[in-house]
Order: sequence, then C-alpha cells, then structure tokens
Amino acid sequence: MTFETSTMTKDPILKVEHLSMRFGGLMAINDFSFEAARGDITALIGPNGAGKTTVFNCITGFYKPTMGMITLRQRSGKEYLLERLPDFEITKQAKVARTFQNIRMFSGLTVLENLLVAQHNKLMQASGYTLLGLFGFPAYRQASKESIELARHWLEKASLIDRADDPAGDLPYGAQRRLEIARAMCTGPELLCLDEPAAGLNPRESLALNQLLQEIRRDTGTSILLIEHDMSVVMEISDHVVVLEYGQKISDGNPDFVKHDPKVIAAYLGVEDEEVEEVIEEIEEIESEQGGINP
Amino acid sequence: MANVASTTASAGSELTARALREAVFAGLITLGLFVLFVGLKTDQNIRNELILTQRWGLLATFIIVAMVGRFLMVAYAQPWLAQRKATKAAAAEVVKEEGFFSRNFSKIAIAALVLYPPVIVALFGVQGSLKWVDNFGIQILIYVMLAWGLNIVVGLAGLLDLGYVAFYAVGAYSYALLSSYFGLSFWVLLPVAGLLAACWGVILGFPVLRLRGDYLAIVTLAFGEIIRLVLINWTEVTKGTFGVSGIAKATLFGIKFDASKDGFAALMGLPISSAYYKIFLFYLALALCMITAFVTIRLRRMPIGRAWEALREDEIACRSLGINTVTTKLTAFATGAMFGGFAGSFFAVRQGFVSPESFVFLESAVILAIVVLGGMGSLTGIAIAAIVMIGGTEILRELTFLKMIFGPNFTPELYRMLIFGLAMVVVMVWKPRGFVGSREPTAFLHKRKAVSGSFTKEGHG
Repeated sequence: MTFETSTMTKDPILKVEHLSMRFGGLMAINDFSFEAARGDITALIGPNGAGKTTVFNCITGFYKPTMGMITLRQRSGKEYLLERLPDFEITKQAKVARTFQNIRMFSGLTVLENLLVAQHNKLMQASGYTLLGLFGFPAYRQASKESIELARHWLEKASLIDRADDPAGDLPYGAQRRLEIARAMCTGPELLCLDEPAAGLNPRESLALNQLLQEIRRDTGTSILLIEHDMSVVMEISDHVVVLEYGQKISDGNPDFVKHDPKVIAAYLGVEDEEVEEVIEEIEEIESEQGGINP
Repeated sequence: MANVASTTASAGSELTARALREAVFAGLITLGLFVLFVGLKTDQNIRNELILTQRWGLLATFIIVAMVGRFLMVAYAQPWLAQRKATKAAAAEVVKEEGFFSRNFSKIAIAALVLYPPVIVALFGVQGSLKWVDNFGIQILIYVMLAWGLNIVVGLAGLLDLGYVAFYAVGAYSYALLSSYFGLSFWVLLPVAGLLAACWGVILGFPVLRLRGDYLAIVTLAFGEIIRLVLINWTEVTKGTFGVSGIAKATLFGIKFDASKDGFAALMGLPISSAYYKIFLFYLALALCMITAFVTIRLRRMPIGRAWEALREDEIACRSLGINTVTTKLTAFATGAMFGGFAGSFFAVRQGFVSPESFVFLESAVILAIVVLGGMGSLTGIAIAAIVMIGGTEILRELTFLKMIFGPNFTPELYRMLIFGLAMVVVMVWKPRGFVGSREPTAFLHKRKAVSGSFTKEGHG
C-alpha cells in the first residue's frame, strides 16, 4: 500500500493513530492516522466539512477524541500523549501552539501586549508566581525585558514593528493573521498548528505569509502543521500533504503525488454517481502502477 | 440684507413654535404618566378606611417642570449643541499637548486628599469638620476601595460579579467577631479579614468556573444572599439581625482615641473630640486605598494581570497560549475579594457596629454601578464615579433649598434612588464606556498610546 510507505517517516514529531471523533450520530473523523516529520511543513487539506478543523481541535486538546492516540515527540525525546492533556497543558508542556480559522486576537490589548500574554508561563515563573514580582525583585524585571525583546524579534519577522503600540483590533485583516502567528511563536513551540492562515489574504499577503512560514521553519526548526484551501500555498511550501474527505484519509504523500491522485481530484471536483465505478477502477489501476514506482 | 434678516427671524419664530408644541406634548405625556402616581394618593384615615387624597398642586409642579425643560431643550440647548458640533467639525483637528493638570492628575489628587482634613478643620472648626470628614471623606473612600476591588473581577477579568458585597460582609464580620470573641487588635485582624475574604472568593470561584455571562451573575447574586442569610440566621455567633455592637476601635501605635488620661487628645494636649478619631480613620482609609491602587497597578503590569485582561478579551485564545484559565479566574476572584475584605474590616472599625442590613444587594449594585460608570478597568474613572455617586447622594441631604420648590414635606433623600438612576442613564448616554473609556497599555515599544474603548471587550462572564 502506498499509504504505508509514505507515512513511514524517520523522525516523526507528531503521530496520530486511529483517531476517531463522534458527535452524537455524526462520525466527524473515522480511523484517521498520519505522521508529521520533524522540521517539515505538513499540510492537511480536504473539501469543506471534511473534518480538518476537528483533527486540529483534537490535537490541541479543544476536543477529547472518542478513540485514538496522538503522540508528540519533542526534540529532547520526551513524549506526550496529547489526548490525555488538558488544552492549556498541551501548549505549556508539549509545546504545541495553534492559531484559529476565525482570528482570535485580544483586540483591546496592544500588539505588543498580545505577544507578552503569549509568554505568560515563562514570566509567571520569573515573577515567582506574582509574589516576587509584586515587590519588585530584579529577576522579574530582567525577564520582562527579555520578553519584550523576544516580542520585538517576532514583530520584526511579521513586519508589524511599526504598529506595536496600536490595539490589535485596529490592524487590517492580513496583519492580524500575521500577528496571530507571531503570538503563537512567542510561546516557543516545537509544533505550530495553523488553521487556514491564508484565508482571506490577497496574493501579495499570501506570498508574504509563505515567506514568514519558511523563515520560521528555517530559523527555529519548528515543525508546521497547516490546514489550507489555497492550493498555491499548499503546493509551494508544504513537504507533505494529507488529504481528508468525510473524516477519512484519502491520500497522503508529497505535493506532486497528491496533486495527481485521482481520488483527490474526484473529491475536489466531484464526480457523477454513475461515474463512481469508473473512477474507482481507474484509481485502482493507477495505485497498482504507483505501488511499483513509489519506494 | 432685509431678506436675510427676515428669514432668520422666521426661522427663529418657527423654532419657538416647535418648542412650544413639543413642550405641550411633553406636558401631556407627564400628565398621563403621573396623574395616578402623583395626582392621587391613597391613605388610611383613623377608622382604617381607604381615602383618596388629591394632590393637584404637586402634579402641576411636575408638569410645569417637564414643559419648561422640554421648551428650553428644544429652543436653546439643541441648536446650541448643533452649532457647537458644526464649529468643532469645521475646526482643523489639533493634537493637543497634555496639560500639566492632566499629566499629574493622580499626584494632584493624592495631595488634595492628604490636605483635605486640615483644610476642612480650618474652614469649619474641629467639631464642624466631623460631617465632612466622616460622611464625605471616609464614606467615599470606602466605596473607592470596594469599587477598585470589584474592578479587578469585573473590569480586568471580565467576570460579572453581582454578589461582591458578600466579601465586604465577610471582612466586616471577621473583624467584628474575632475582635469581640478573642480581643485581637485591628492591625492583626486587617490582614486576617483580607485572607478570609480571599478564601471565600476562591470558594465562590470554584463552582462558578464553568459559568459565563448572565448565569455567572445569577450565581454570584445568590452567593451574596446566602452569606447575608447565614449572618441573619446563625444567631448564636452573629447575634442575627441585632448585629454585633461595641466593636473595638483602632489604635495608633497603641494610642487609643478616647477620653482617658493616655488617650490621643490628652497626650497631644488637645480638647477632647471625636473628630481626631475620624481624621485618623480618614488617613487610614486613604492608606488602604493607596495600597489597593498600588497593587492593582503593579498586577496589571505582571503576567497575571495581563492574563486577566486577556481572559476578558478571549478565553479560548488564552487557553491556546497555555494559560491556565482556572487558576487565572480564581486569583481574580481571590484578589478582588481580598480588597473587599479589607474594606469590610475598615467599615466595622469605623462604625463600631455591624449588622446584616449593611450588606444587602443594593450595596453590590451601587459598587457595580460605580465600576461601570467610571469605566471598567480605569482607577481614575472609578474614583471619580465614586465621588459623584456617593458624594452626590450625601449632597442631596444638604439641598434644603429644594424644599422651597417642592414644599416643606419634600425630603430629597427619599428621591435619592430616582436621581441616582436618572444620573446613570444620562452618563451612560453621554459616555457609554464610562468616564474614562480608554485603556492604558501595560507595556510599549515606541510610545504609550491609550487604547480606545471601542476595541476592548466587556468580557463574557
């Protein structure tokens, strides 16, 4: 099977096994497994309602999966079972950060404050859980300075440095998307999960986003998992694409392979009912061919 | 030229005609509204019969006030406002440099408060200062402290708490009971009262963690009532509705404020008066307020304070950034409750008497009104709102000239709540985000810019 060969990555950061999520009578995800390699940009694509965001919510702890195992392996070799951790611990301990499909900014806080909130856990420790900081101990002042420097670094990367002191709600849409990514990076993640980062961006902003993501991967070695509809983004930057339809995996491999997978084409373009048999035959034919080609 | 003059004249007479018309309408509406409320009054006579008293004179006063008010509004106030708006729009927007007063507002305010008792004593004499220092000074400072405490829960963390008075009660009763049963001094019991109130804050916090918005408000309201009912019914300890009386006074480094030989007045060689104790209490309240403000300002710049504000803005985003929202909410409840406890124990030491009647829901509502009116999150705005609301109701007692308008039986205190409500509606229409609607950022890279109120959220509970 091609699935097996393409998912055997050497050093997976995230391993999702037999993930199922049921909402009442609806099986949103059905026995879904995939792996994301360390340092890769893995894209999760699929038609609307395929269950991509549900997979994300399971990985980041916002939903508890009905079945399955999600393992995160850090660089240090430490392993976390994400389905057992509460949502905030997944960011705090397992170092998985995420963004949202509909942007969730702290709109009344300034751009800089947004990035400082993201460094909450680090600063909490430095301030002796508030008590030492309250009395003005120097350790907190030092940490506070460092946190502003880190925020400045990511603001420069996201080209938001000029707007640092403006309220986040005042930024244009594209800038809010970048700010959300910068904020997620301020938590110091090993895996960054982006839910449709290019949605609603114009081509220029979309290009800038591509560069930002590639820079993040190059400079920090952070692995990226992203949901995306914009094929130009997916095909250009991702190393590995997983396709989901009706909660099941229909394809998994490098962008080129996925692009030409007839199942994917059928899922995206749709086929008439009477053509289904025909398409399946065709698929089987191609699969047997590719079984030979793909190592 | 004559033409222009005649058109303005005709516009003027048209306006007057319209104003008169609207005044008549307003009068009719007032008549309809108040004919049964004010014009007729049911009374019981000596034989327990229900008789109808007619008060047409008072009704006429109401109608005349409404008509004159409407006439002035339409004929003069509205054109003036429109004109001002037009000139404002026409004038180029000039960036005003902040004046000396607004830059140093808090310093000036603190200096004014410190100088307040000596000035009052100089103006009204030692005995005459009593009313001004106690009714205005201390009373307002207690509410400032309470409102600043509630501000942490409602203004910063965005959790709507309608039962805040419960923590005030816990603080007051902690001091009253522990001092009368164990004879502990005020200085020992002040932190104890704060800690006990904080404990109750956490106890309330746990069950309501999952609740948001209206549901949270209802549960906190119920919690406030539970505490009050316990105080009423646990008669063996709290003496029920009789309350705890004879609570020990505070001392200044062991010096008592009484008429004894080693009391404050005798030691200082001053004539004996209760005013010294009140002045001492004023400074004590001021110090407690300053501590509250200092801690709040410090906390806002710390990760916990930022987490509170982030929680108000978006709870899900908070969790996605690794913030434990449970402990964040609990610390907000506990910190707010602690300041309520401080205020409560101060209240007990000032009154010398506590009873459950001081901790009714109305108190919670007044404190919340001060926070909302002042502008959620803003310490300055809340202090101004406390002065307006509490000082305003005290001032009403002084307005004896109203008796000349409404007759000798008119007692302005009874209309307190009506005027209170009216003032709130007016302020909320005029400044929907409270007196200070903008928010000071806690950190900046280039320049500190206030965040407009239109971006901040009120929290969802």
